[in-house]
Amino acid sequence: MIVVLAIGFWAGLALKIGIMAAIVPVVALPIIFAELKLSAHMQHRIGPYFAGGRYGWAQPLADGLKFFQKEDLVPDAADKMVYKLAPYLVLGAAMAVFVVIPFGPDLIGRDLDLGVFYALAISSISTIGVLIAGWSSGNKYSLIGGLRAAAQLIAYELPLFLAVVGVVIQAQTMSMIGIIDAQAEYQLFGLEIAGNAIAIPYVFPQFIGFVIFYIAALAELSRTPFDMPIAESELVMGYLTEYSGFRFAVFFIGEYIGIFTMSAIMATLWLGGYDPLFFDLSGLNDIAANAIGALVLFGKVAILVFLMIWMRWTFPRFREDQLQDLAWRILIPLGLANIAVTAFFKVVF
Amino acid sequence: MTTRNMIPGLAKGMWITLKTLFKRVPTVQYPLEKEIPVPRARGVIALDTEACTVCMLCSRECPDWCIYIEGHKEEQPPSKPGGRPRTRATLDRFDIDYALCMYCGICVEVCPFDALFWSPEFEYSEYGISEMLHDKDRLTDWLATVPDPPALES
Repeated sequence: MIVVLAIGFWAGLALKIGIMAAIVPVVALPIIFAELKLSAHMQHRIGPYFAGGRYGWAQPLADGLKFFQKEDLVPDAADKMVYKLAPYLVLGAAMAVFVVIPFGPDLIGRDLDLGVFYALAISSISTIGVLIAGWSSGNKYSLIGGLRAAAQLIAYELPLFLAVVGVVIQAQTMSMIGIIDAQAEYQLFGLEIAGNAIAIPYVFPQFIGFVIFYIAALAELSRTPFDMPIAESELVMGYLTEYSGFRFAVFFIGEYIGIFTMSAIMATLWLGGYDPLFFDLSGLNDIAANAIGALVLFGKVAILVFLMIWMRWTFPRFREDQLQDLAWRILIPLGLANIAVTAFFKVVF
Repeated sequence: MTTRNMIPGLAKGMWITLKTLFKRVPTVQYPLEKEIPVPRARGVIALDTEACTVCMLCSRECPDWCIYIEGHKEEQPPSKPGGRPRTRATLDRFDIDYALCMYCGICVEVCPFDALFWSPEFEYSEYGISEMLHDKDRLTDWLATVPDPPALES
């Protein structure tokens, strides 16, 4: 952010916030479109077809416009202020994670020393948004959905953090850039191509951690097979039941931004982030390195997002007790074992 | 435990959705692109008035009585002078009510003079149920869409 440094703190801050506000919804739209299109083809349908002329590319925009023109309903029984606030809490929490996502060597909101900690802590705030949305709607389905979400998100917060600890121990830093640099230098068995050492992303040594984080991230995002909070066949739409119009759209966008940020955190911690791994970015000039870095990160995120969509349209929903069973009896012990083994190898070697 | 042995099942499901993802979608965008029906599809029944002798067999065999036929006999002059005058049945009305028709094809089967034919045309939906009654002229118009009969086996 060389430009930003030159124009002073407050102007730079305003610019950063402006860029974020402009980019973030744009990030959600392709993911929504991918979801529509991939789900359709996985079910032997075409999906959106006419919107925008070809392939229905404008369908997410059309859906957004539809949400804008709908009435903003507030139930009589609702706790009005909390009800109105909830969607923005969810969206705000999802957007705040963008601060520490490194899109390139310099393309980062702020490289905090506690980057990973910040990302996970701030993304947990959306849980509170979901809970108060369910509570304030004045609807029994919303309440059950909100409480289910709370139970689920608390259960899966633990494996999520435990999985990250393995990476943090191995990289010996919590800064996102620091973890990427550690992966760029990390080597396994001295593998080489033409004299250049191959950088090994942490997905290989920390594979168990990656799988735990992936499953826990699916649960954090309330995506199938962990979508009990909005289970349509049981709870109408869970905590979203009473929301309509723009507030529903905000929840919706927040959900898809959450998918992007979770995937970006995964790509950074386990897949080497913006680092293409097979060649070195530091040899290029600043602009090229940042552009390539951003593209590489988006590519890695696209793979992870595809995997999420693929799982969503394949797996049936867990039962509530199966979900808790998976978190407390499998993922958490596995995460603890992963930390112990990682620490052991870190000390011994 | 509920979560044991679930990995192979999950992988199987993932493989099925992945396979389906890359399959060709069978959807036909109907008004823009049309499926070509098979030549012997039972779309609509066409009438050849020249061949019809007003024998009423089709009307009587029709399971839901959707064929309405009226006719009269005309005297024709004898072919030779001094001969007996002939009578010939003439078709006044031949309606098929497609709101009732169940496309069984018995009328086509039963016609002794090959006056009824299947046509594969299917686009004759209407806004009113009374308009589903096709009269003689409309049924004759369908004759142009009847495909050639399949070649005889030697």
